[in-house]
Amino acid sequence: MNDLRDLYQEVILDHNKRPRNFRILPQPTHHANGVNPLCGDRISVYLDIEDGVIQDISFQGAGCAISSASASLMTEALKGKPVAEIEHLFDAFHDVVTTECECPKGLGKLSVLAGVRDYPSRVKCATLAWHAVRAALEERKEAVATE
Amino acid sequence: MNDMSALHSIAPSVTPSLEELDLARIRADFPILRQRVHGKPLVYLDNAASVQKPRAVIDTVSECYTGYYANIHRGVHLLSERSTAAYEGAREKVRAFLNAASVQEIIFTRGTTESINLVASSFGGQTVKAGDEILITGMEHHSNIVPWQLLCERTGAKLKVAPFTDAGELILEEYERLLDDGPVKLVAFVHLSNALGTLNPARQLIAMAHARGIPVLVDGAQSTPHLGVDVCELDCEFYAFSAHKIYGPSGVGVLYGKKALLDAMPPYQGGGDMISLVTFEKTEYADLPNKFEAGTPNIAGVIGLGAALDWVNAIGLERIAAHEQELLDYATARLNDIPGLNIMGAARDKAALAAFTLDGVHPHDIGTILDREGVAVRAGHHCAQPVMQHYGVPATARASFAVYNTRDEVDVLVAALWKVKEMFEL
Repeated sequence: MNDLRDLYQEVILDHNKRPRNFRILPQPTHHANGVNPLCGDRISVYLDIEDGVIQDISFQGAGCAISSASASLMTEALKGKPVAEIEHLFDAFHDVVTTECECPKGLGKLSVLAGVRDYPSRVKCATLAWHAVRAALEERKEAVATE
Repeated sequence: MNDMSALHSIAPSVTPSLEELDLARIRADFPILRQRVHGKPLVYLDNAASVQKPRAVIDTVSECYTGYYANIHRGVHLLSERSTAAYEGAREKVRAFLNAASVQEIIFTRGTTESINLVASSFGGQTVKAGDEILITGMEHHSNIVPWQLLCERTGAKLKVAPFTDAGELILEEYERLLDDGPVKLVAFVHLSNALGTLNPARQLIAMAHARGIPVLVDGAQSTPHLGVDVCELDCEFYAFSAHKIYGPSGVGVLYGKKALLDAMPPYQGGGDMISLVTFEKTEYADLPNKFEAGTPNIAGVIGLGAALDWVNAIGLERIAAHEQELLDYATARLNDIPGLNIMGAARDKAALAAFTLDGVHPHDIGTILDREGVAVRAGHHCAQPVMQHYGVPATARASFAVYNTRDEVDVLVAALWKVKEMFEL
């Protein structure tokens, strides 16, 4: 059970059970849907961007513990950040969940998802919300898929 | 009631299932089952996706490549003659397995999906016009939905869907109403649902369609490994199945079709082996079954399917079905003991699999945790998203059984599910 605990850490179970920023923004400046065709998970992200800064961010949808917790943690990490930093953060996060790299300090709580790197079939769950945010910024209309 | 009559009432009256000794012998036929995954003995319960292969099939494929492999048909050398004989010998084994009237009615394809696409393209393209209708059911695999949607897009025909109950049973009154409501040119339905385990009343559904002169295609991908199929008795126009689900190699499928229909249908793909004469002005097509087998087929795979059917016949499909039914009954009872676990699909006629959700845990998480316990199940929409939509869930977890599974393995599954609950603090 120990190695499974590396994946299903308390923080992840907590964010899965009580996802933060789990709501629809009434008038988002940016919005997109993400789907994981592998498991049928769907996630919608909403952003309120002013002066190049993420003033508010939220998500809704149904997904596994990894995708829900990752989305929840992502909204906490991105709130108040300049848009220009998102790509850099996504890159760093992607490295954390796919490679044996040392977790960069700037990632904060997001690094609890590092256990995903031992479960290659679950990487798409962890990155689904991030793909949706990227699609929202690019103002893509159709749902973005992780495949 | 005296002791004797009490004994009588509990004595098995149906086909005897597999004794422990037989089961051990059967398991020994599958080299892959001996391994451990994540340090635990492999418990393979993803059989509805694909089953493992017995030694006889592996050896047959290997012997083909090491002993006598060459391209089939038209070769005048020994190896080609031997390969052709083995390939056509497999066709006869499939014919006998389905009880088809003639080997000309047995077409080899890449799988059930290609078999259905062949009918949609060739028969559908020939018969279906704008305003016509195709009738399927709500519990189809995507492979028995999308080919018909493509046909409808091409022709301007309409796809209709017969609904099912929450128990997972087709609503026969609705099916009948939809048969009468418009010019239905073809019915296509799944024999055994991969998402629910429902066994549809094929004979009855076919008879109802035939009473209105409508031809029927049966998707037999899941049913062929679990029940004896007799296409003469069913009287369906088309029956499709895959080798890899009945202990044979992947990449091989079968389309059975009634000869008169196949004869009248245009070719599906053009190429070598499906012609009798080619000039740049005009091409004459080969006779059945070659007309529908353009190009070099999966020769060793087809021969491997023949070996798989021999292997299945040696045990007997009835005994296999009885064993799997016993496992399913046992698994259903044990799974129902787990609080918060909901089995999806409770049809009176059900076979070989249990699909379920567990309150508070996504099936994907169930799949990952079970895997670490050595248990392989499928978690997802099982290529049947409309079924998931019916129940309002994104996905389910599914344990599906084959002849080599045991009650002990069901116990391992159940224990692993309790670990899932522990992990998620439920």
